[in-house]
Amino acid sequence: MDIIQILLNGIVLGSLYACIAIGFSLVWGVLNIINMLHGSFIILGGYLAFFAWQYSGVNPVFLLPIIAALLFGLGYLLQYFFINKVVMSPVLTTLTLTFGLDMILYNLMTVFFTATPRRVTLDLGTINLGDMYLPVDRLMGMGLALFLTALLFLVMRASKIGRAIVAVRMDRQAATLMGIRVNNVYAITFGIGAFMAGAAGVIFSMVFPITTNLTGTFLGKAFVICVIGGLGSVPGALIGGIALGLIESFAGYTIGPQNATTVGFVLMLFLLIVRPTGLVGVKGYE
Amino acid sequence: MKQFLYFGAFALWVALIAATPLLADNYTIRIAISIAMFSAMAVSWNFIGGFTGYPSFSTAAFFGLGCYAGALAQRNGIPLVMAWVFATLFVAVFAAMLGAIILRLKGHYFAIGSIAIVDLTRLITSSWGSLTGGGDGLNVPLLQGSPQEVSALVLYVMLAILIVAFLTSIYVDRSRLGFGLKCISQNEDAADMVGVNTTSFKIVAYTLSAVFCGAVGAVYASWVGYIDPTDSFSILLTLKVPVMVLLGGAGTLLGPVLGAGVFVMLEEVFWANFLEWNRAILGGIIVFLIFFLPNGLLKIQYRTLYGALVQKLRSAPKQAEKSS
Amino acid sequence: MTEILRLENVSKSFGGNRAVNDVSFSLEEGEIIGLIGPNGAGKTTLVNLITGVHPLSAGKVIFAGEDVSRQQAFQAARRGLARTFQIVQPFPKMTVLENVAAGALFGGGTGSVEDALDLAHEELKFVGLDAVADTPASSLALPNRKRLELAKSLAMRPKFLLLDEVNAGLNASEIDGALDLIRKIAARGVTILIIEHLMKVVLSISQRILVLHHGELIAQGDPRTVIEDPQVVEAYLGSKFAARVKAESHHA
Repeated sequence: MDIIQILLNGIVLGSLYACIAIGFSLVWGVLNIINMLHGSFIILGGYLAFFAWQYSGVNPVFLLPIIAALLFGLGYLLQYFFINKVVMSPVLTTLTLTFGLDMILYNLMTVFFTATPRRVTLDLGTINLGDMYLPVDRLMGMGLALFLTALLFLVMRASKIGRAIVAVRMDRQAATLMGIRVNNVYAITFGIGAFMAGAAGVIFSMVFPITTNLTGTFLGKAFVICVIGGLGSVPGALIGGIALGLIESFAGYTIGPQNATTVGFVLMLFLLIVRPTGLVGVKGYE
Repeated sequence: MKQFLYFGAFALWVALIAATPLLADNYTIRIAISIAMFSAMAVSWNFIGGFTGYPSFSTAAFFGLGCYAGALAQRNGIPLVMAWVFATLFVAVFAAMLGAIILRLKGHYFAIGSIAIVDLTRLITSSWGSLTGGGDGLNVPLLQGSPQEVSALVLYVMLAILIVAFLTSIYVDRSRLGFGLKCISQNEDAADMVGVNTTSFKIVAYTLSAVFCGAVGAVYASWVGYIDPTDSFSILLTLKVPVMVLLGGAGTLLGPVLGAGVFVMLEEVFWANFLEWNRAILGGIIVFLIFFLPNGLLKIQYRTLYGALVQKLRSAPKQAEKSS
Repeated sequence: MTEILRLENVSKSFGGNRAVNDVSFSLEEGEIIGLIGPNGAGKTTLVNLITGVHPLSAGKVIFAGEDVSRQQAFQAARRGLARTFQIVQPFPKMTVLENVAAGALFGGGTGSVEDALDLAHEELKFVGLDAVADTPASSLALPNRKRLELAKSLAMRPKFLLLDEVNAGLNASEIDGALDLIRKIAARGVTILIIEHLMKVVLSISQRILVLHHGELIAQGDPRTVIEDPQVVEAYLGSKFAARVKAESHHA
C-alpha cells in the first residue's frame, strides 16, 4: 500500500478518534472524573442515529444535533443528580460509580437495541485520486468530526459558559466565590462530554458497523488519546487523536491490524511513566 | 479479643462453605467455589486498594495470566500441582516487575494505567496465537474424577488459597508492613519522611494483590477446562473485585470476605431470576453502594446499629429513674 | 566538637531558576543553628536538599562523615536526619499515638509495632501530648499539631533535626512553650537547625546563624556578628530593624 494512502487513512481515523476523546478529556480535566460511561454514550449516539435513520430515512448528518442534544440532557442529569454528590471523592469512588451507571446504560441498550452490529449505509461512493481511494462517507465523517472539534474549541474560548468551565477547572473555590454555580457548571461540562460522545457515535454509525461490544474499545481509545494529548484541552485531544490514528494506521500496515491497538496501549503506558502530563502538555483552554 | 472474633467468624464461614459437598447439590457447590474464589481475590485486592489506598484495577490481568500460565504449563507436561505453583510464582514476579514501573503513578493516572494493563495483557494474549491459541482459546487438561469429586477438589483448593490469603492479611495488618501501608494510604509524602521505603512497600502490596489472583486463576482454568482471552482478562472482573471489597469495607480484615460472599450470592439470585437484567441490577447495586454504604457493610453496622443500641441502653435506665 | 553536617558547594536548579547556589557550611554536633533569609531565599529548598526530598544539581552533603548526596527521603529519616514541615503533615485518620509510632517504627528502626507504641508514649509525654494520645490526629488544633510533628520527629531518634517554621501561626505564649521544648530537645544532644522568621526568636535560641539570600549563603556566625553584617542588614533586616534588634539584644 502506498504510504500516502496509509497517511490519509490515519488522518481520517484520527479525526474520528479526536471526536471520541474530546468529551472524555474535558470531563477528566475539569471534573477530575474518569468517565466509564463514555463508551456507552458513543454507542448510544450511534444506535439512536441508526434507528432514527431506519425509521425516517433522514440522513444522520441532520439528525446529529438532535441526538447530541439528547445525550447532553442525559449527561447533565446524570451529573447533576448522581455524580455531583461524590465529585470530590477519591478516584476509586467516582470511577466505580460511573462504572455502575455504565452497567445500567449498557444493559438497557442490549435489551432495547440488542448487540447486533448496525451501520447506516448511505452509498456515497469513493473518490479516486490516482491510485489512492477514499470513501466519501469517511471524508464526510472526518469533516464533521473536525467541525465539531473546532466548534467546541470556540465555545470553550469565547462563550460565557466556556469561560466558566475554564474558571472552575483552574480553581473551584475561587470560581464559587465569583458567583459561579459550580454544580451547574459540572453538569454542563459532563453534558458537553456526552454531547461530543453522542455526536461521535452518530458519525461512527455512518462509517463503521457499531455494536455494544465496542463500548470498551472506544473507552480504551479515549484513555490512550488523553494520555498522548494531555488532559482537558481541545487541541491536545485533536493532536492525540490524529497521532493515535496515524500510529494505528502504520502499525496495522507494518505488523498487522490485530496488533495496532496493542501498539497504542504500549505507547500509552510508556508515556504515562515517562511523561504523565501528556505529550503535548497543553493545559486548559487558554 | 477483636482478633479472636475475626478468626472465629472467618473459621465458621469457611467451615460452612467447606461443608457444601457433604450437604448440598452440585449447583450449590458451584456457588461455594465462586464465593471462595472471589473472596480470595477480594482479600488480595485489599492489600493494595484497602490498606495502601491505591485504586488498582489490574486484578483481571493477574487472574488471566494465572489462567494461561497454569494451562500452558500443564500442556507442556508439567504436573497439575506444579503447574499451579508455577502460575502463582509467574504472576507474582510479573506483578513485582510491573509494580516497580506503574506504582510511580498516582491517583487517576495509576487507575488508568492499571486498567490498561488488563487490556494490554488481553490484546497480547489474543494476538500471540502460536503460544496461546489466540482468540480461539485454549483447552486445559481436565481434572481426573467424577464431577462431584472434581468440584470438591476445586472447592478445597480455592478455600486453601483463601485461608492463606486471609492469614497473610491478618499478619500484614499487625506488622510493620501493614503499618507502613496505612501510612502511605493517608499521606504518602509524610510516610516517606518518617522513613517508610514507600516504593518497596507499594511493590510488596501490589505483588500481594496479584499472587492469590494468579493462584486462583490457574485453579479456575483447570476447573473449567477451557479458557479464552475475553473471559480470562475481563474488565468486568477487574471492577467487580474492588466493588466487593468496598461493599464489605475496604481496609478491614473481614470486609473483603463478607463483601465477596454477599456479592456472589446476590449475583446468583439475579442471574437465576432476571437473566436479561442482571448487569443493570449489579450496576444499581454499585450506585446504591456508593451513595448509601460508602464505608461498606462492616462499618455501617458499627456506627448505626451499635450506636442505636448503646443509646437505647443508656436512655433506658434514665427513664427508669425518672419514672420511679 | 565533632562535625555532624557539611555542605560542599551545594546547588539546585528548577528549570532555569537557581533556588540554591553554591552553598557550603559545616555544623557541629549539639549546636542550635538558625537559618534565616527573606521569603523565597531558598531555605525550605535547602532543607529539602539535605533530607533527600530533591536531588542535588551539584555539590555534596556529608552527614556524620558519610556522603549522603544521593539519598532518598526515607533513607535520610533512617540515618537520623529528621525534619518537620512548614505545613504540618500528619496521618489524619491515625491516632496521635500511632502517628508518633510511625516515626519510631520506620525512622527510629524500632523492632516491633508494640515497641514503637511504647516509645511513642514516651515522646508524647515529652512534648506534653499524652492526654490526647488516642484521638485522631486530624482533630488537633494547630499548636498541638506542631507538637505532634515534633514528637513524630523525635521518635525517629534523630541526630539532627530540621525545624521548618515550627512557630508560624502560633501566638506569643505558644511560641514560648515551643522554644522551651526546642531547648529540651537540644539538651538531649540533638543538633537542631531552625528556620524562623521572627528575629527575636532566632536570636534568643540560636548559637549560630546562617543567612540565605537569593539562594546564596551571605553570612554565617554568632547572632551578634550576623545582625551587624552590612550585607545582611541590606538584604534582609533593613537598617532600622537591625538597630532595634541590636538595642533589644543589648538590654537582654
